[in-house]
Amino acid sequence: MKVLVPVKRVVDANVQVRVASDNSGVDLNNVKMAINPFCEIAVEEAIRLREKDVASEVIVVSVGTKACQEQLRTALALGADRAILVETDEDLQPLAIAKLLKAVSDKEGAELTIFGKQSIDEDNGQTGQMFAALAGLAQGTFASEITIDGGKLTVSRETDTGEQTLTLNMPAVITADLRLNEPRYASLPNIMKAKKKPMDVVTPADLGVEVTSNIKTLKVTPPAERAAGIIVESVEDLVDKLKNVAKVI
Amino acid sequence: MSVLVLAEHDNSELKSATLNTVTAATEIGGDVTILVAGSDCGAVAEQAAKVAGVAKVLVADNAAYANMLAENTAALIVELAGDYSAILAPAMANGKGILPRVAALLDVGQISEIIAVESADTFVRPIYAGNALATVQSSDSVKVITVRGTGFDGAAAEGGSAAVEAISNATDAGISAFVSEQVAASDRPDLTAAKVVISGGRGMQNGENFKLLEAVADKLGAAIGASRAAVDAGFVANDMQVGQTGKIVAPELYIAVGISGAIQHLAGMKDSKVIVAINKDEEAPIFQVADFGLVADLFEAVPAFEALL
Ligand SMILES: Cc1cc2nc3c(=O)[nH]c(=O)nc-3n(C[C@H](O)[C@H](O)[C@H](O)COP(=O)(O)OP(=O)(O)OC[C@H]3O[C@@H](n4cnc5c(N)ncnc54)[C@H](O)[C@@H]3O)c2cc1C
Repeated sequence: MKVLVPVKRVVDANVQVRVASDNSGVDLNNVKMAINPFCEIAVEEAIRLREKDVASEVIVVSVGTKACQEQLRTALALGADRAILVETDEDLQPLAIAKLLKAVSDKEGAELTIFGKQSIDEDNGQTGQMFAALAGLAQGTFASEITIDGGKLTVSRETDTGEQTLTLNMPAVITADLRLNEPRYASLPNIMKAKKKPMDVVTPADLGVEVTSNIKTLKVTPPAERAAGIIVESVEDLVDKLKNVAKVI
Repeated sequence: MSVLVLAEHDNSELKSATLNTVTAATEIGGDVTILVAGSDCGAVAEQAAKVAGVAKVLVADNAAYANMLAENTAALIVELAGDYSAILAPAMANGKGILPRVAALLDVGQISEIIAVESADTFVRPIYAGNALATVQSSDSVKVITVRGTGFDGAAAEGGSAAVEAISNATDAGISAFVSEQVAASDRPDLTAAKVVISGGRGMQNGENFKLLEAVADKLGAAIGASRAAVDAGFVANDMQVGQTGKIVAPELYIAVGISGAIQHLAGMKDSKVIVAINKDEEAPIFQVADFGLVADLFEAVPAFEALL
């Protein structure tokens, strides 16, 4: 069984981003970039499936600029077998990305595609579901546990009220939540080995996919700042302020 | 022009997030229709019909929709889509799973977690864990949107008298099946709708110590939340996580106890009206967003706080 794992290059989770002064977006100059944390969890899950001989091959794929090769190499160092970059300088929306990934998946004959549940930059949380819809496949979103048995996938998912378990026909699509697993660190020998693993580069045109979008970002602005607060001296003081100043208790 | 709102419910009760979504729908403009997809969900349809500002309620009452499986519910919405210029759902597990599917099947974009409606085609949504707000415009023929409840006041639950229409669609894609559900039982108010929320972080040390927060919550009628660290460590259940990748809350009063204030946590609570932080580390970033900060050991401060309430 081939497993496809889409990975996204995003701002590192520890970076506090700032809005660009011309309000066109956020300032990404000299900012540390990384694999989206949820995609990293997805990569880890795929590698574990291969280690358990459930999966035969783990293919990581990224859609974006040449720089995404860096994140694909990281995924290869974690244990993925090979990588595909769909190279484009355009800033694509989830629907276009889902179409490109579907074209890759069709070519590869992947039986399972594991996405991260959202990317921590745009916070859209759409691509996995869109991919599943385009491919006519079942989806297990916000997955915290998966098991595969006899052509069926059982998934536990995090919901608003607790946890839900579903079975999905294979091929299937999973989107990884935080508690699906804890990703490993890449060892130095594996980082060296990753440099020799195959990386194919294709373009949206090669895949025959049109990548137009009808959603435009008009501007990006900073959120309203909170007025500075105060440090209270004691618990009594705190209760007094909540009762008599803020009047919330 | 009319707007379709997918109801969030559990087949017996209409969830309040639906009311916030109705408000967003009203701001977009046009007649508002609520779609109740479920099984034995007649009671929900009745509640939906009473929501102020709603013109019509469609009920798809069929076993195929019992658990709102995304594959089946998305197919249903696509069948109905032709009549609407916008399709909205609360940004909760159901809506977030279903609407991207609907958008892809309609070959249009989807706009996630809007917090404001500027016009019928222009919306504001947080990006980068709420560190920036994007104003986006869609020229798609139908706008497919999830709505963040904290951005909109809820429509009145009573006062409307919409017509209820049963629809016979019964699409079962047959590719996914419900097995079981574990619902964390709680007598406390719903985290996303509570007026007061008290949350514990890694500083709580274990699940047992959350009793300290429960005692305060009992007195304030509060819901209890948690940081990711507290959930990951197994102190409390995952549905209590507040943050960028958990629940988004904006209560009148948010009390953060033993929480450092990572950007991902702030993303879920910094729109609260009044924020209190109790932390023994005066350098903790949570104090930068707190209206009232108390630098103290929580194991002394929380019981003392409770005693004074
Ligand atoms: C992709 C991604 C998504 C994430 N999503 C979320 C999310 O949705 N929600 C979320 O919360 N986090 C999220 N995080 C994690 C986030 O980055 C932080 O790691 C997490 O919020 C830290 O939790 P904490 O504040 O409880 O723990 P810590 O950062 O360890 O802070 C514990 C605090 O407790 C204080 N403390 C300890 N003992 C006491 C005591 N006795 N009395 C008083 N104070 C005490 C300490 O001073 C410290 O400030 C995410 C991270 C990533 C990478």
